[in-house]
Amino acid sequence: MYAQMVKSEASQDDPEKLAAFQARIDAGEKIEPKEWMPEGYRKTLIRQIGQHAHSEIVGQLPEGNWITRAPTLERKAILLAKVQDEAGHGLYLYCAAETLGVSRDELTEMLLDGRMKYSSIFNYPTLTWADMGAVGWLVDGAAIMNQVPLQRTSYGPYSRAMIRICKEESFHQRQGYDIMMKMAQGTEAQKKMAQDALNRFWYPSLMMFGPSDKDSVHSAQSMAWKIKINTNDELRQKFVDQTVPQAEYLGLTVPDPDLTWNEETGHYDFTQPDWSEFFEVLKGNGPCNTERMAARNKAWDDGKWVRDGLLAHAKKKVARRVAAE
Amino acid sequence: MSPEQLFEYLLRLGDNTLVLGHRVSEWCGHAPVLEEDIALANTALDLIGQTQMWLGYAGEVEGQGRSADDLAFLRDVWDFRNVLLTEQPNGDFGQTMMRQMLFDLWHDLTLESLSESSDPRVAEIAVKAAKEVRYHLERSSDTVIGLGDGTAESHGRMQAALDLLWPYIGEMFTPDAVDDAALQAGIGPDMVQIETRYRARLAELLGAATLSAPDAPFSQKGGKSGMRHSEHLGHMLTQMQWLQRAYPGATW
Amino acid sequence: MSSEWPLWEIFIRGQHGLNHRHVGSLHAPDAEMAIKNARDVYTRRNEGVSIWAVEARHIAASSPSDKGPLYEPSESKVYRHPTFFDIPDEAGHM
Repeated sequence: MYAQMVKSEASQDDPEKLAAFQARIDAGEKIEPKEWMPEGYRKTLIRQIGQHAHSEIVGQLPEGNWITRAPTLERKAILLAKVQDEAGHGLYLYCAAETLGVSRDELTEMLLDGRMKYSSIFNYPTLTWADMGAVGWLVDGAAIMNQVPLQRTSYGPYSRAMIRICKEESFHQRQGYDIMMKMAQGTEAQKKMAQDALNRFWYPSLMMFGPSDKDSVHSAQSMAWKIKINTNDELRQKFVDQTVPQAEYLGLTVPDPDLTWNEETGHYDFTQPDWSEFFEVLKGNGPCNTERMAARNKAWDDGKWVRDGLLAHAKKKVARRVAAE
Repeated sequence: MSPEQLFEYLLRLGDNTLVLGHRVSEWCGHAPVLEEDIALANTALDLIGQTQMWLGYAGEVEGQGRSADDLAFLRDVWDFRNVLLTEQPNGDFGQTMMRQMLFDLWHDLTLESLSESSDPRVAEIAVKAAKEVRYHLERSSDTVIGLGDGTAESHGRMQAALDLLWPYIGEMFTPDAVDDAALQAGIGPDMVQIETRYRARLAELLGAATLSAPDAPFSQKGGKSGMRHSEHLGHMLTQMQWLQRAYPGATW
Repeated sequence: MSSEWPLWEIFIRGQHGLNHRHVGSLHAPDAEMAIKNARDVYTRRNEGVSIWAVEARHIAASSPSDKGPLYEPSESKVYRHPTFFDIPDEAGHM
């Protein structure tokens, strides 16, 4: 998963240092922790990596919703392994953010009190087993499209986390498509389920790339810093071009009557998602915002005694060791 | 040991891992800290894998063409043969880890013995599972010790979890006709020996965790015989088996 | 914030006998749990690996401004890098 709508911070740093910094980025050098960086670069990265990490963690919930109902032992194992990977990816990303001088607990608290966001796609419900297919195929497909270029991002720890994530994530989209294939070749009820899942996830998936940012000042700064590699529109177009033939192969219909192949551009023309819905979900009015935040808050609050207990034990062990010496 | 008895014996092994693996998987996305979330998922994944092996073999022994999935998803409560301990609800994280440790300790000793089973398939599965379970036990016992010894609150919660689950330990060691047949055929372990080793290791572990074993010898039973499961199992199955029951004959 | 588990850096040596390599970080209450967590997070249970866990605050690191003096001398010793040498194809893999 990735971060959408991250505003870049303006820099008030020494112009000479800024120019030297930009020259390093332009030369393809990686910026490493503790090296000088503009305050705006640091803050933008914390927000972007943090949002990305939160998306992984909240993103466990819609798929976790089906682990206990997976239809076969193998499907259960695959889905569990996938959702576990998301926890791992969140962990790698939090660690990358921590190199910028913010702790995981601080980031978590900012998520839980609403100061930080996560990708709005996870505020949609997963209602049938076909949704596990659609989420893997479309949501992970869109995420991968965004993450692959981020492997080249300018900040070393973020880039390394993305490399690891991309490597591990290669099976996620495939397992989703595999579920869709089984459903599309299955009974009438399964086909109906598959089409219904595509109908519900198509536009929210297109929204994952964020609104058009062609003229956005923030995006321009982030692209100059190489913490954003492509525009939202470029990635969305790429996603549509890649996904439509996959839907055709499944025998499913993309829920967009105006979808047409454009010979001239060599791309599909498609209908934009309803951006007013996107902004409502972002504001907290999506179908599952309340449940997602409640689940994360509960895990955090219920887990406090465990975190405290294990830490207290670790301290006692050290004290006993010292006393014995 | 008759094929019917061997089938029954394999169901017990497979249903234990199926039911406990399911319970542990319920934590995914909700654990106290990311590292624990990932570790619990690994435990659940191992248990699901072991289920595929035990129930797969059970289906072969039965000889009616039932697959591991058929056995997992198309039997009702009275046909399940897991011990009652494994179907107990997760409760808080402490209760989950206490249940895990109490089971892992038995599982570890049992698999060690099954690794030398006279049935080569049983031995083969046990060897693979034993490696995984040895690690489960390390992790669950460390956590029980850490939380038992941690803060006043964590200690209190772990003692409560132990008190709650204590009556479910005995069933794991109470042999019946199937266990006796397995022992005589050299397929399964001597439960009495296992119990002796279990009690000794448990006492040591509880000592390190600063927890006290309840002075209550009574044991619940009825899980592994299938006579009387708890009400919890039926609710678990309504989730686990939902798709297979709602869309009979579909492939997924 | 003092109740946050410390951060550990994790180094793993794989089956191929290469040196321990930094693979990432994680949080754990103590060293023993750091190693266990590393096994769950970073090896997803591969057998036969060796794990080192070092609390992040104990790692001594060169400061970025030293980058010139520390690294440039070795950069001039290009012969230390295998690709410096042209090996004819007939000589086979080396």
